[in-house]
Amino acid sequence: MQTDIEHKIRQFITDNFLFREDRAALSDTESLLDAGVIDSTGVLELVAFLETEFGLAVDDADIVPENLDSISKIAGYIKGKTA
Amino acid sequence: MRVEQFLQDSSRRFPEKLAVVAGDKRFTFKEIDDASGRLAAALGRHGVMRGDRVVIFMDNRWEAVVSIFAVLKAGAVFSPINPSTKADKLAYMLKNCRAAALITLEPLLPVARDAMAGALSVKLVVVTGAADKPDVRGGVRFEDALAGPGAGPLTDAAGFEPDLAMLIYTSGSTGVPKGVMMTHQNVVAAATSITTYLENTPDDIILNVLPISFDYGLYQVLMAMRVGATLVLEKSFAFPQAILNKIAAEKVTGLPLVPTMAAILLQMKDVKPGAYPHLRYITNTAAALPPAHITRLQELFPQTRLYSMYGVTECKRCTYLPPEQLAKRPGSVGVAIPGTEAYVVDDAGQRVSPGTVGELVIRGPHVMQGYWEDPDATGRALRRVAFLTEKLLHTGDLFRADEEGFLYFVARKDDIIKTRGEKVSPKEIENVLYALAGIREAAVIGVPDAILGMAIKAVVVSTNAAMQEQDVIRHCARHLEEFMIPKFVEFRDALPKTDSGKISRRLIDPQPLEAAK
Repeated sequence: MQTDIEHKIRQFITDNFLFREDRAALSDTESLLDAGVIDSTGVLELVAFLETEFGLAVDDADIVPENLDSISKIAGYIKGKTA
Repeated sequence: MRVEQFLQDSSRRFPEKLAVVAGDKRFTFKEIDDASGRLAAALGRHGVMRGDRVVIFMDNRWEAVVSIFAVLKAGAVFSPINPSTKADKLAYMLKNCRAAALITLEPLLPVARDAMAGALSVKLVVVTGAADKPDVRGGVRFEDALAGPGAGPLTDAAGFEPDLAMLIYTSGSTGVPKGVMMTHQNVVAAATSITTYLENTPDDIILNVLPISFDYGLYQVLMAMRVGATLVLEKSFAFPQAILNKIAAEKVTGLPLVPTMAAILLQMKDVKPGAYPHLRYITNTAAALPPAHITRLQELFPQTRLYSMYGVTECKRCTYLPPEQLAKRPGSVGVAIPGTEAYVVDDAGQRVSPGTVGELVIRGPHVMQGYWEDPDATGRALRRVAFLTEKLLHTGDLFRADEEGFLYFVARKDDIIKTRGEKVSPKEIENVLYALAGIREAAVIGVPDAILGMAIKAVVVSTNAAMQEQDVIRHCARHLEEFMIPKFVEFRDALPKTDSGKISRRLIDPQPLEAAK
């Protein structure tokens, strides 16, 4: 289950953002912002994906780097919401 | 007055007052003044002379503020360059202005190093965040540069007001960036005019998330230092809630936006109207806000004055709409900023009557000196008019005025695309597209987008049947800044041509876009 969530997030990020970059991989804990992987419109796309894929309602207050700025933070956030 | 005096005066008046907040770091005016003096002295020791160009290749960080004032204190000219710029373009700009030095950060060093290979004028590279002596020609750690003694005040022999203060590269319709030359007098005039109509005071706390490589973002730094206000620097608007939290925590009074940021803010569901009572003003520029967004912003920020503005890099800011006019003329970008003139002319240069569309022209002490070493482009933008002592700036934007003289943006005269508040030359992207093996024809157009204003679309003819949209985007991402990367790619068998056989961007029918979410 755990790996499934992380896998789906990674897949989404790879398909939508990472393909732009000349890099093979992104570590689970790397900041998406600092890595230049995601920008303002990217975050909106990410939130829309999380809402559809995991059936969550993401509150504005949750759209902060503490929850969404790395693959492991996103996974942790989803687990917290769906627990 | 020279621009570095903004900081020196504020440091004298309010030495212990908070000047810059960046991440978890906080600096007083005296600290920024001292640090920039030390860096200025280090630049001098390493051979930077009066009038030399120094490129600042950084994101929004406190070191960038220190660097701007250090370059000026050294009598040199700064040129801020977007940190997402790729090596080819950075090399072009370094060579174009024959930069003597580069100030950057450790993660950008590989790009800087590549760019410098062909830019032999660069003798010094100051790098922040490097653990050891930076592995680059002329590498010096920023932290080491700051450890030395400070520079004394500039004497007239080392720099005076008509000197060039900055060179801001802007997209041109030819696809090659042009350096807009601004003297100290130009910058002081623009900053003074803008802080006058915004009624800025030392009590202001300005949150700037716009890149300082963009003149709108850069002027937030300059204006805050000028009035002795506090500048809260943020790197990204990706997490708008984090920005709102910062606005509340720092009791921010001024928030500069572009329409894309406003659109993102208005997509938030839980912002409570009136939750930010300290926020005295919001400014918007780059493109007019849709009237519905103006209404929503006013509902969310009822205590906040909203300024619609318009500008071009060539004079920094052209017009502003006094907030009390907003209800009456929401589509207008207002009148000339204080101490300047803005009006609409026909092709013969004659003023047109209200309601008639023509080109907006600008007069005043904020108008640039020209484009760096580009007399042809300068001649097109700055024109001598019989009855004027100075040259008139032709903006290339079509405007009309109403009966009371308030101005309305109509369209660009050329094909420049405004996306996310930045000007993008389709030609520049097309040049990159043609460098991808298999691309036979390429045209770049703007398509309306609820968030971006205009989204960039590449329409290409490829001889490589296996080529995918992602291949094109990945190629562009390697060569272009973030905001220039096409959002859409369409493959066609042929592109429409004009009678003379030239590919016509205008004949390409923009496809209907998916409705914005």
